[in-house]
Amino acid sequence: MTIDMSQFYQVFFDEADELLAEKERLLLVLDVSAPDPEELNAIFRTAHSIKGGAATFGFSDITDVTHILETLLDRIRKGEMALTGEHVDAFLAAKDVLDMLMAGHRHGSSVDRDAAVAVCQRLQALADGSAAAPAAVADTVAPASVPDADAEPVADTDDNFRFRVELPQVPERDVEALATELALLGSVSRETLPDQRTVFNLVTTEGRDNIVAICAFVLDPDALKITAANPAGTSADIAAPTAVAASVEPPPVVAPPAPATAEPAAEATPATGENRNWGRRATDREPVNAESSSIRVGVEKVDQLINLVGELVITQAMIDQRIGALDPIAHERLLNSASQLARNTRDLQEAVMSIRMMPMDYVFSRFPRMVRDLAGKLGKKVEFVTRGAATELDKGLIERIVDPLNHLVRNSVDHGIEMPEKRRAAGKGEAGTLTLSAAHQGGNIVIEVSDDGGGLNREKILAKARQQDIPVSDTMSDAEVWQLVMAPGFSTAEVVTDVSGRGVGMDVVKRNIGAMGGNVEIRSVPGSGTTISISLPLTLAILDGMSVKVGDEVYILPLGYVVESLQPAPVDVKEIAGQGKLVKVREEYLPLIPLYQIFDIEPAFADPSQGILVILESEGKKAALLVDSLVGQQQVVVKNLESNFRKVAGISGATILGDGGVSLILDVSALLRSSRQLSSDPVFF
Amino acid sequence: MTNPAAAAAETHAEESAREYLAFTLGREEYGIDILRVQEIRGYESVTRIANTPEFIKGVMNLRGTIVPVVDMRIKFRLGEAVYDQFTVVIVLNIGGRVMGMVVDSVSDVTTLVPSQIHVAPEVGTALDHQYLIGLGTLGERMLILVDIDKLMNSTDMGLIEGMAA
Repeated sequence: MTIDMSQFYQVFFDEADELLAEKERLLLVLDVSAPDPEELNAIFRTAHSIKGGAATFGFSDITDVTHILETLLDRIRKGEMALTGEHVDAFLAAKDVLDMLMAGHRHGSSVDRDAAVAVCQRLQALADGSAAAPAAVADTVAPASVPDADAEPVADTDDNFRFRVELPQVPERDVEALATELALLGSVSRETLPDQRTVFNLVTTEGRDNIVAICAFVLDPDALKITAANPAGTSADIAAPTAVAASVEPPPVVAPPAPATAEPAAEATPATGENRNWGRRATDREPVNAESSSIRVGVEKVDQLINLVGELVITQAMIDQRIGALDPIAHERLLNSASQLARNTRDLQEAVMSIRMMPMDYVFSRFPRMVRDLAGKLGKKVEFVTRGAATELDKGLIERIVDPLNHLVRNSVDHGIEMPEKRRAAGKGEAGTLTLSAAHQGGNIVIEVSDDGGGLNREKILAKARQQDIPVSDTMSDAEVWQLVMAPGFSTAEVVTDVSGRGVGMDVVKRNIGAMGGNVEIRSVPGSGTTISISLPLTLAILDGMSVKVGDEVYILPLGYVVESLQPAPVDVKEIAGQGKLVKVREEYLPLIPLYQIFDIEPAFADPSQGILVILESEGKKAALLVDSLVGQQQVVVKNLESNFRKVAGISGATILGDGGVSLILDVSALLRSSRQLSSDPVFF
Repeated sequence: MTNPAAAAAETHAEESAREYLAFTLGREEYGIDILRVQEIRGYESVTRIANTPEFIKGVMNLRGTIVPVVDMRIKFRLGEAVYDQFTVVIVLNIGGRVMGMVVDSVSDVTTLVPSQIHVAPEVGTALDHQYLIGLGTLGERMLILVDIDKLMNSTDMGLIEGMAA
């Protein structure tokens, strides 16, 4: 594997820490007798998110615990099971275990596997009802909970594990298929036992779960015998450097207690001590001291800096305005200094803003491993392609895009791309292609997850929607049908798998993206694939704006929506009785939105042919906004109106002008969306 | 030597004594918890927000923060809503949310102990009974003590998300 995942471990740990803390907080305030569904959902989502992250990085022990936790929470959330104090206790215990497992991965501290198994069983027992059959417990948690008898094998020098996979009696054809599949995990050698059964000796970086998962496609996993193979010689190779690797998943039987092994290793590699917190892999593979080239700074500090610079820009603009009135000859030196100040301020602003910008690569490079693992698990062949990884995006957004993308990529691999046989039958290549791309488009960044799989099934979605009492009709357009996928609790997957199919995916994706001020769009063609396109504003902090004046008030229009501005000839403005006005712009009739009417302002010009029309475009819809005059074009610092006030219809935020006054930023999408209603209902707010 | 019980009572009284900022609306004098007050400043250019009730004057720039301003005189129909150089805005910080409140004038800060605070009568004030803490007496003066947290977070004020129509 060429991608170094270690740089993302820290992010995962930080996120997971936050999620766990959040989960604990929610659990503690939860009213057992009358739980708030929102809170249950929130708890469920924390478990779900941790599971997703852990699966990405291959922390299978964490995934196992969260999976059971999630199953149980899901049933409670759906009201299939009443919440009891016992549940809450078990959840808290699970939280502690997750903390411990996390610390194990993070610092290489010792991990009590028995506790993890005990919690899994406790949760499973609760999920199965009070009288849980122990057998059922063992079944569900099989991969993780049989550690003692045949513990995880010790890694060799290259982080590889050796397994001996003893197959039951199976047809030769299946053995061949398995050999091919297992070969994807690592190097395989084959031998035949006297009773004609086949044994694979596998050297791989993957865990036992993945081997079981692959074999499960062909044969009964219970009949499978996997043992950690330790051929003579390997045990002697387990020297100090590998001891660190081993300590992460400390094999209770094979290895001595983890702390003891970790210490000498830390001494052996000089940089290990400083870098420990950056995740274990960092200590193994990046002896370079990361501290020297970068500083970790709290986001609040950066935001404060950005705010202050914003203020500085405003102050500088005020000074500019004041000295504009001075005699340029008498005050030459002052004016020179002022223009230098202006330049410096601009540079400073750019520099500060760039602190927050990060390349998309930061997100994209998490995925190759995940896709590969998932594809392996599902027996699919997936080619993963990324495009535009250098595209920069605000850090605040980039962190929040990870979870949604995680869901989307999982969905694509799980449901989008078909099994190789099916693809061959459909006349496509065996390997599906999953493309992750990012590009700038106007003031937005567009991130797309596309696969060349089977596409969405319109009939299935409609049927499922009816089943869930979502109002649908057969005449709905495809785009509308695809939007249904993002309704809360909706999932067409037939089986709940470890990968996806719980129906939390798409609604969370939509909500997260919406909260970032973005849109999600789905395009799908049956038989040739699905593309999910996320469009996000580049940064939340700064906006290119066009200021327009109506009456005495100045509003800001985000420039990205502005197509052109013009003054129409009187003949081009048509009135439709009771339906408002239309304006003809180059053979196209656009609805006219009189801003003065919406915001109840006394305008200088009520007649469109005397004012100015600004043609706006959003989501493929166009409209003409009537204003009195254009004031100018400037970069504005976006301030949130909702931090101290509530949301106001038609307004997306506010900014501070050069004179210190406040100006409101128009929510163009909302204006356009309501332009149709406006015609029939003039007081639509 | 004072007797211990009296001393204890005194300390107790001091502990529960609270400071209130007194301001006038029309002819009535009101008091709010001083700890909710961030600062007091003059009324300056406020940007109107369309389609909001008349008493929400709009938003102003408070050193880079966008702060909504309400005029209590319009809201409670007390006094005359004139805006000049003497108009005062009390900037409140309630649970991290900053908001401005226009009143007729600000008089002083007074300390009241619980014994000076009486239960407000059900009738006779412009503010709804549920937003009052009580009536504070201070010699000849009478302060109507307002539970400003409750008032500003109420649906009546329309400052908070979701509650306003």
